[in-house]
Amino acid sequence: MNSEVKLETNAVQTAKSKVRKNAKKRTPFSGWKENLAGYAFIAPMFIGTSVLVLFPILSSFVLSFTDWNFVAGYENAEFVGFENFSKLLTNALFLKGLLNNIILILAIPVTLLLSLGLAVIINKYVYLKDLFKVIYFMPFISSIVAVAVVFQVLFHPTKGPINQLLLTLGVENPPGWIADVNFALPSVMLIMIWTGIGFNLIIYLAGLQNIPKELYEAAQMDGASAWSQFRKITVPLVSPTTFLLFVTGVISSFKVFDLIIVLTNGGPANSTITPVVYLYQQAFIELKTGYASAISLVMFVIILIITYIQFIGQKKWVNY
Amino acid sequence: MVARLDMRKLIMTVIMVLIGIAFLMPFLWMISASFKVEEEVLTFPIKWIPQNWNVVENYKEVWTGSMPFLLLYWNSIKVTVLTTLVSCTVSCLAAYGFAKINFKGRDFIFLIVLATFMIPPQTLLVTQFLLYRWLGLYDTHTGLILLNSFSVFGTFMLRQFYLGISNEIIESARMDGAGHFRIFTSICLPLVRPAIATYAILRFIWTWNDFQNPLIFLRSKELYTIQLGVQSFSDQHGSVYSLMMAASVSAILPLLIIFIIGQKNVIEGIQLGGVKG
Repeated sequence: MNSEVKLETNAVQTAKSKVRKNAKKRTPFSGWKENLAGYAFIAPMFIGTSVLVLFPILSSFVLSFTDWNFVAGYENAEFVGFENFSKLLTNALFLKGLLNNIILILAIPVTLLLSLGLAVIINKYVYLKDLFKVIYFMPFISSIVAVAVVFQVLFHPTKGPINQLLLTLGVENPPGWIADVNFALPSVMLIMIWTGIGFNLIIYLAGLQNIPKELYEAAQMDGASAWSQFRKITVPLVSPTTFLLFVTGVISSFKVFDLIIVLTNGGPANSTITPVVYLYQQAFIELKTGYASAISLVMFVIILIITYIQFIGQKKWVNY
Repeated sequence: MVARLDMRKLIMTVIMVLIGIAFLMPFLWMISASFKVEEEVLTFPIKWIPQNWNVVENYKEVWTGSMPFLLLYWNSIKVTVLTTLVSCTVSCLAAYGFAKINFKGRDFIFLIVLATFMIPPQTLLVTQFLLYRWLGLYDTHTGLILLNSFSVFGTFMLRQFYLGISNEIIESARMDGAGHFRIFTSICLPLVRPAIATYAILRFIWTWNDFQNPLIFLRSKELYTIQLGVQSFSDQHGSVYSLMMAASVSAILPLLIIFIIGQKNVIEGIQLGGVKG
């Protein structure tokens, strides 16, 4: 083969590859037409999110430095610097709300433990799996408002079925539940656990599918009991799921609103107040718009910190 | 051996059914109480089957009384159905854009949209409220529908499904001269239909149960949705427990039915998204 032919083939190849490159550039995967089509498809979503989420976040940042009541009109807004924040961080009610929220978080490990136990049993040891999924999921999809109304009656201190039952069982002074300052928050937690089990159970069931069956078979051959299989195989291998559920649980504990508003409205004697309930009261009952914006911003920062810890924690703590 | 194992499984199933019944006790009590005359609601030991039935009177008061559930239902159905429709359309379009079109800045915009997912909705309430008053959307159903219509969850979930459609199908359709909209409607939509159904059921449930947004963005009684109605009903009839239970049953039952029909979709959707409403 002589060099001329070689050169020719080379040239043809370059030309071919050029053509191919051009083809890639022009059709059908880029260019202004493609851009336009892309923007058109995402436009409704992007505009909606900008107007209803991005814009409100930015403007609440501005509002949080003002003393303003929205009824008064924009011209009466007064710039007060960091006053709202310093007032907020020394406010007894807000701090109590934060503390209550931390106590609410204690309900999450309990929910996780119950859910994992039920998930393991449903996954392996029973018939009618689908039926059990439906049963435990029911409270999760039910209207929280209606659930709260039902529990108001169930928890009634003198006439409610729960205390009637406790009395017949020989408990002499059953707690006053939502009417009692010391028991109102635990009552809220009980309902949170009851409604939360379904969701956590379903996610755990998905997590359990990912554990290779061979591990259990090998453990069984070695004579490991069901309990030690659970402790040594199941618990470590679902730890990513546990971590995910714990974090979503913590974040959603900051969103518990409907339940408290309908069940106790923050009472008795503010014993069930949380930052969200406090925010609602300040913004829509006391009409302190600027101050409420400051609360929003502080909560926003708290959630960001939790999310950040989640990112770091996922790498460090989770046992894959 | 096999028989013994089955026996153990059977006994476990029976025990779990009993635990399950105990778990659903609040619902059973609610339904039973809604059938009773008021004097019997709190008798102890609990009479699960009422002695004196009062079903018709209780439910008649709930459905046509001073806080008529007929109207609340109509409002809720209207808001929920429209929200579900708009939200599915918006999310379907955006998900296709993010998954299958190579436009400039795509990944960055997707990241921004995803980031808004972290924001707790309550922190937006104050400024959304001001915005709504300014735009004239306060105290309207349109405003309420728009609030739940731009779902990051839906977009994210449907995008996962679009990513599963092979690019070759789309490329060859483009070679044949089909535009994106044509590909979207005639190739992609039919393929992701099950995912859309799942998202639609979830969105329906979440919107139906939404209490916070109607509480803040509605004021007129005639616009109230079912959740607001249950609350003001219980404020009015707080001491008449049989009526309150009939109202609660009316608020919960339709959703339970939808859930039981679509349970496979709902449970798979929750597992896939791993996210709460």
